[in-house]
Amino acid sequence: MPDGNTPLVSVEGLRVEFASDGGTIVGVENVSFSVAPGETVCIVGESGSGKSVTSLSLMRLVEFGGGTIAEGRLRFAGQGGEIDLAQADPETMRGIRGNEIGMIFQEPMTSLNPVFTIERQMTDGLRAHRGLSGAQARQRALELLQEVRIPEPERRLKQYPHELSGGMRQRVVIAMAMACRPRLLIADEPTTALDVTIQAEILALIDRLKRENGMAVLFITHDMAVVAQMADRVVVMYRGNLVEEGPVGRIFAAPQEEYTRALLAAVPRLGDMRGKPGPEPLRLVGADAPDSVQAAVPPGDPEPLLQVLHLTTRYPVKGGLFRRTVANVHAVEDVSFDIAKGETLALVGESGCGKSSCGRSILRLAEPTSGQVLLDRTDVLALNERDLRRKVWRDIQMVFQDPFASLNPYMRLAAQVAEPLSNFGIAKGSEIEDRIAALFDRVELPRSFMRRFPHELSGGQRQRVAIARALAVSPKLIVADEAVSALDVSVQAQVLNLMMELQSTLGISYLFISHDMAVVERVSHRVGVMYLGRLVEIGSRAQIFENPRHPYTHSLLSAVPIADPARRTVRDDLKFRPIPSPVFPVGHEPAPSVYDEVEPGHLVLRQQAS
Amino acid sequence: MRIPAAFRRSKGLIGAILVLSVFLVALLAPVFIPEDWATQMDMRARLSPPTWAHPLGTDQLGRDLMYRVLLGAQTSIYIASAAVLMSIVIGLPLGLISGYVGRTTDNVLMRLVDTLLSFPALLLALTISAVLGPNLQNTIIAIGIAFTPFLARIIRGEALRVAQMPYVEGARTAGNSDFRIIVHHILPNIMPAVIVQSTISLAFAILAEAGLSFLGLGTQPPDASWGLMIQASRDYLDRAPWTALVPGVAVAVTVLGLNMFGDALRDALDPRAKGGS
Repeated sequence: MPDGNTPLVSVEGLRVEFASDGGTIVGVENVSFSVAPGETVCIVGESGSGKSVTSLSLMRLVEFGGGTIAEGRLRFAGQGGEIDLAQADPETMRGIRGNEIGMIFQEPMTSLNPVFTIERQMTDGLRAHRGLSGAQARQRALELLQEVRIPEPERRLKQYPHELSGGMRQRVVIAMAMACRPRLLIADEPTTALDVTIQAEILALIDRLKRENGMAVLFITHDMAVVAQMADRVVVMYRGNLVEEGPVGRIFAAPQEEYTRALLAAVPRLGDMRGKPGPEPLRLVGADAPDSVQAAVPPGDPEPLLQVLHLTTRYPVKGGLFRRTVANVHAVEDVSFDIAKGETLALVGESGCGKSSCGRSILRLAEPTSGQVLLDRTDVLALNERDLRRKVWRDIQMVFQDPFASLNPYMRLAAQVAEPLSNFGIAKGSEIEDRIAALFDRVELPRSFMRRFPHELSGGQRQRVAIARALAVSPKLIVADEAVSALDVSVQAQVLNLMMELQSTLGISYLFISHDMAVVERVSHRVGVMYLGRLVEIGSRAQIFENPRHPYTHSLLSAVPIADPARRTVRDDLKFRPIPSPVFPVGHEPAPSVYDEVEPGHLVLRQQAS
Repeated sequence: MRIPAAFRRSKGLIGAILVLSVFLVALLAPVFIPEDWATQMDMRARLSPPTWAHPLGTDQLGRDLMYRVLLGAQTSIYIASAAVLMSIVIGLPLGLISGYVGRTTDNVLMRLVDTLLSFPALLLALTISAVLGPNLQNTIIAIGIAFTPFLARIIRGEALRVAQMPYVEGARTAGNSDFRIIVHHILPNIMPAVIVQSTISLAFAILAEAGLSFLGLGTQPPDASWGLMIQASRDYLDRAPWTALVPGVAVAVTVLGLNMFGDALRDALDPRAKGGS
């Protein structure tokens, strides 16, 4: 026990089982740890590690998901003395949930009920647990909103969840969890669905509330960087078992277990690439030391592979009786950049900044409004559908974010990889089979997988298939739209390494679209930062990460949690400017983007007067 | 609520057996039972409860319900299946094109469908049947057209959803033609919805045929159909409930069988349900 404190919660030999058709599945097994008052314990693990099951067991919510606590004790030092939550009756649990133990869930969009006002949702719990009158509860709700630093709290009470931004909603959820001054706050991936600047705000908020109230926090996450920033102690879980437990400093500095080491090795850390010339694969535990990938840019080749000039993409907002266009979403606004052969250009930015629309516009999966996209001097935007197929999609392929949605569930993998081969006339007859086999080898998938359906593969394996399909046409450029974002860190590292290895051997270029600054730093030669549809800054990786000039790049970089407990940045309440709406009335013509070249190749958007 | 695994495995089998027996009855009853047995009136045994002479009882005209239900199967099943098939043949391409192509095409097609939808299906069928004249073929056409908009709507919605999936975009960039994308990438993914909707439609089609028959536009008396029998029983429910029960059970068994079979078929077509865990 740290500091000899009596623990607030101690989990002893927890075992949770789920009944299924094929018999009993063990969710977690033999898990023991404790949380002292005023302490933050992070449970970290990849999907399927049982970290959420553990936290839901503490709330006894796991039973609503079909699980049963088969063994173990969940000792909780509540107000009425110590009790075993595993044995508590439903009545007792109702008195504890939301009262002595508060909980925050991952998805701020769905953890608030869309049909009730914020006031109604906040006061319900107060009236039930604390017996407050309507006016008292309202007063308390107002105080809580002030405590979580929501601007204009009076107005927020009257609003519905959809009127609030994601970050604001999560603040409301936290305020609700804090309503009855819980002694323990369980936060299950509370920032995973949020943008990085909002994540930084929320982490700071949780940290402040913890310090002010002396509350214990049980923080569940998959993100080692968040762990490094938040935890006092860390519990590492893997496949339902506790792997390692210890103070955060020791876990990061001297991990004892193989799995913890592998997990840490797979995490790209911001700043790791300082002073390195080009992208570099991650050193994974148990794998051979990777070669450094050199940028395959032929020296002095003046002709870029892809040139994007003044690209603008707007989506109409339809409204009214005749579905007329009433406004436009300016998704991409006057964006210009180029990509050399064998180069990775990363586009980073927060959700809604237009980075995905930009990638999709280049492939004409979204129809650009104006501008030019030159692929080997051919204007992609001027082509008709047939030429688009023949020329563009032979040279540019796309890898999508969600590995579960990017493959047709009703088609065997070989057939999906075969499609581009036969459609583009690359191979015929039995040749196709050989090609597919070679592609599966290339992305390091067993050939036996060719006969399988997508559901039989894990997320990482599916993403490899998606890459194999993209590679089938031997493309010059692959647009990777958040291609590794949905993957677990260790799988993400493998896929990233594969992509870098393919680049060094095949000389492919990537347009790497991502929100993750640490990943971007790892893989890219050049980086473009997008904000509100515009490219606000573009330059070499070193220029952007070591000498950021645009204020937005600064705030983005300062918001990124660093996977190093010795470099904690989450301390004080942060306040980033909310991103304004990109919706403009019809006919609105924004000023063109003007750039200053601060260094050779380093362009910064000139701030506009307004 | 957990359904025992043994039942779930046999659900498809039970469904298949039910559907098969109903179709066999529809097919074989006319071969083995003389047609006029269904129309023979036994005036001394009107509205008779089940007896040895009439195992399932008789109706208000003393006609044997067992023979009527067996011979009526043919008409009911034939009309319902043909009508649903017709609605699929028209509705499937309509919905697919509307959902995949979108824009103006979608607008035009869907306003057309909306117009049809704004009439109650039965009223629509009634009008069509009245215009074309009451016979078997026109009854099928009437029900088929009346059911098309429901199917087209559902298929369009599903196609719209599937068309936005990354794998469809992936298929586009893989150089597939629109036709190939619709057939290979969208169609298999919307089949579950089509199957479920079709089995439900079949049940409603049996009842729609009954409605038309009742109004004199469907099956013409003295021919038997289940719907006609249910409608005829309306006035005798208190005195002779079996007159409704016999055709009612026949419809229920058919619908139940179809639903179970449809569920199992949908699972069987889904590669995710096979193998694995």
